[in-house]
Amino acid sequence: MNFFKRLMHRSRLKSPFLFHINTGSCNGCDIEMVTCLSPRYDVEQLGIRLEGSPRHADILCITGPVTRNTLEAVKTVYAQVCEPKAVVALGSCPGTCNVFAGSPVIVGPLDKYIPVDVYVPGCPPHPDAIIDGIARAAQILADRGVPEAAKGETQK
Amino acid sequence: MNLSFLIHIFLFPGLLFAIPASWFYVWGERKATALMQRRIGPPLLQPFYDFVKLFGKRTPSRRGIEAKLLLLWPALSVISMVSAMAMLPVFSYSRGFSGDAILLVALLEMPSICFILAGFTSGSMFGEIGAIREAILSVACNVVFLLSIVTVAVTENTFRLSDFAGVSWNPGHWIGVFGILLCIPAKLRLNPFSTSSAEQEIYAGPLTEYAGAALAMWELAHGLEWVALTGFVATMMMPVGGWWWLHALLFVVISFAEVMLLSTFAAATGRLTLEGAIRFYWRWAAILAVLATAAAVYVRFRP
Repeated sequence: MNFFKRLMHRSRLKSPFLFHINTGSCNGCDIEMVTCLSPRYDVEQLGIRLEGSPRHADILCITGPVTRNTLEAVKTVYAQVCEPKAVVALGSCPGTCNVFAGSPVIVGPLDKYIPVDVYVPGCPPHPDAIIDGIARAAQILADRGVPEAAKGETQK
Repeated sequence: MNLSFLIHIFLFPGLLFAIPASWFYVWGERKATALMQRRIGPPLLQPFYDFVKLFGKRTPSRRGIEAKLLLLWPALSVISMVSAMAMLPVFSYSRGFSGDAILLVALLEMPSICFILAGFTSGSMFGEIGAIREAILSVACNVVFLLSIVTVAVTENTFRLSDFAGVSWNPGHWIGVFGILLCIPAKLRLNPFSTSSAEQEIYAGPLTEYAGAALAMWELAHGLEWVALTGFVATMMMPVGGWWWLHALLFVVISFAEVMLLSTFAAATGRLTLEGAIRFYWRWAAILAVLATAAAVYVRFRP
């Protein structure tokens, strides 16, 4: 494990950029996610930044039970995020379709279409849980393509 | 090409100083904004981590002239900003790498032009909207910027940068400095003049299609713009003569104070519409700038 790989591992751990997609969510999870950026929770101290373009992002935060209309958009945006990337499913909806399961317009759950790394269940999840989920995703992101030796280092 | 020139380009205030300073200033701006919003804010090394991380991203492969141009624009911005830094007369008259204000203005304008071209080259709809906004904003703020430079030039009766430098008790000098300070938020795309890169509103503006190393270059160019623009104003406020290390220290302290001032201004204001920004520069600032220039010309050439 040379110096540059260690530096890259640490940088990926310390600077996850987010891109947020709403796939038909009721906005509950979206509001909780925006709360994480507010002074009370302040995710910027972990280096987390909400980006405007999926090209800039490392972590894709997806809320909502994947409606038929948004499916293609989710696949496109997932493809637009550059490797290495991680996906966080925020709330119960992307994981299980929640109360919308069985609806004719819902084609979820999300993991039928793109690989999900971290599930944050809850309806909506607490901001602390969301931050924890993003921190876990950052760890997964940093460990991708890095040998076993460096995996011990965690986000402080 | 003498030794002093090489030192200015590569050591101080060029590459070796400017790159860490750009990270430090960007951190200062983010941290100050966070503290004003009662947050904790990013750690000191955050801009450095962002920069390194972006280099490790695998970017989509493009072919043809477009791929080369998309890399050329950020590279050109970084090069022109480092050259602009090398021209700043940080030390007293004899040591400065001699250049004139016209060349400096041209170099300082390069990142803005590259930003516009990047928006159009990327072919993204949001990039084009951002590029058009940046072009209009650049025309709006440059009237005031150029008039402020002319005011200082007329007051000092020269375009040589080394004569711009140093504290002067002439009011024309300070009006010019104030005018330049008024244009820096638009040149740095800070609030309230952030329409061109309006995050979320038009995705990421001209940089929407950028990823990985090219985006890292843009972040670096933006940091260097901070250093060069605040540094340019700092050289006009520093005393002349004395020890060289005191000059270097004062240069950093005054620049950082400007960073704090600008971030306070940015945190205290909301994003203006394009019309609002033009109205600000052409209706209020430009009138004051024309009056200042006219007064400076009158004082200089009165019979």
